[in-house]
Amino acid sequence: MVQKVHATPEAAMADLKDRGIIRDGMTVMVGGFGLCGIPEKLIVALRDTGVRELTCISNNAGVDDFGLGLLLQTRQIKKMVSSYVGENATFEKQFISGELEVEFNPQGTLAERIRAGGAGIPAFYTATGVGTPVAEGKETREFYRPSEDTRAMNRELKGAVRAEGARKRTYVLETGLYADLALVKAYKADHFGNLVFRKTARNFNAMMAGAASFVIAEVEDLVPVGGIEPDQVHTPGNYVDRIVRTVSEKRIEQRTTRAG
Amino acid sequence: MPLSRDQITIRAARELKDGYVVNLGIGMPTLVANHIPQGMDVWLQSENGLLGIGPFPTETDVDPDLINAGKQTITARLGASYFSSSDSFAMIRGGHIDMCILGAMQVSEEGDIANWMIPGKMVKGMGGAMDLVAGVKRVVVTMEHNAKDGAAKLVRKCSLPLTGQACIDMVITDLCVLEMDHARQRFVLKEVAPGVTPQDVRAKTEAEIIIPDSVPTVSC
Repeated sequence: MVQKVHATPEAAMADLKDRGIIRDGMTVMVGGFGLCGIPEKLIVALRDTGVRELTCISNNAGVDDFGLGLLLQTRQIKKMVSSYVGENATFEKQFISGELEVEFNPQGTLAERIRAGGAGIPAFYTATGVGTPVAEGKETREFYRPSEDTRAMNRELKGAVRAEGARKRTYVLETGLYADLALVKAYKADHFGNLVFRKTARNFNAMMAGAASFVIAEVEDLVPVGGIEPDQVHTPGNYVDRIVRTVSEKRIEQRTTRAG
Repeated sequence: MPLSRDQITIRAARELKDGYVVNLGIGMPTLVANHIPQGMDVWLQSENGLLGIGPFPTETDVDPDLINAGKQTITARLGASYFSSSDSFAMIRGGHIDMCILGAMQVSEEGDIANWMIPGKMVKGMGGAMDLVAGVKRVVVTMEHNAKDGAAKLVRKCSLPLTGQACIDMVITDLCVLEMDHARQRFVLKEVAPGVTPQDVRAKTEAEIIIPDSVPTVSC
């Protein structure tokens, strides 16, 4: 079996520069929502490779001293593709000065672009963003909503109906996304790379594991092949090239509690 | 007396129905969760991948892997489910969420909404707002009727970049409740705050709105 497990994040990336997988100007997907489910040790290791001019596809940009904020501090990111970047002063400074390019995507469009890219779908239509700056310059087309018109969806389907009063609606064409490298965080992996995510730390990690040429997973628990029930696997092992077990800090952005 | 923020959320909670799946935006809309009527089963969805938000955790139950879309630590209720971001937005875009409540900077008379960017100011991004207003069956806005400087927020046409087009079904402000008449593409004044007259609302609203002969007072 191919040895996917590496002892440290650094070891998991050690040969990737020589192999041309990590290179200046590359596109990298980084999983997580806020600081939840980010591959925190892999981000540090990527920083330490010294790679520059990164295009980084990630829902958020971390905070100043944690997560992708680390790669912003060292100015290794040229462009971010994100949906929301609220909590980062370094980001704000570089964005306002024009040093950092940002492409904002609606969160669902971003998620679906990543899913589509990994699923071999080059583009898809969505109603999200129609009539907003997001749709500017993009192709649009009118369709019935799938739920309102099974007849238009499947012309061969006998008895399919169009809902009364159904009207066509405008949709915008969005493209799939695919990266050179994806860094994802999972709760558990086996040595083949089958992944199990935990709670809301799954977020973008699940799709990103399918949408890059090379995928490294940072995990908290590593078990032998057979240690995960096939029914419990969230991401099948063939998507994952390398696995690193780490002890993560798992920082909390907004600790909110009730008495009791 | 204009409605307080708390009263606006109480009024918004009256739009909930038993069995509803609801997404609450960050800020004032989040507080609607505190006013879900006793005995009503409402499922709160969090777009980062959870259906069935529970109460905030006790200090010992805090879990960094369990947060809401506002990045606050939360819990999951019995019967909850976790899923990926693409599954979450498939749920939203696919029309499987009954209602969402969110804030707005401007709402136009035809139900356009602007709530994510002010040109010339730092843009933080739209997050999931564009997907929610485009995909959720019923979209309710809670906001102050006017901006701090008195400027109308219910306008003829949004001057700010849009979040979504013709997608707002109801607006609840400190002054009134407005419901979209989809056939006429105008909001109808449905209720006014105690002590507020329909004329007061008209004076503070730039949008063309429909005012029926009699408008009841909000009870909350």
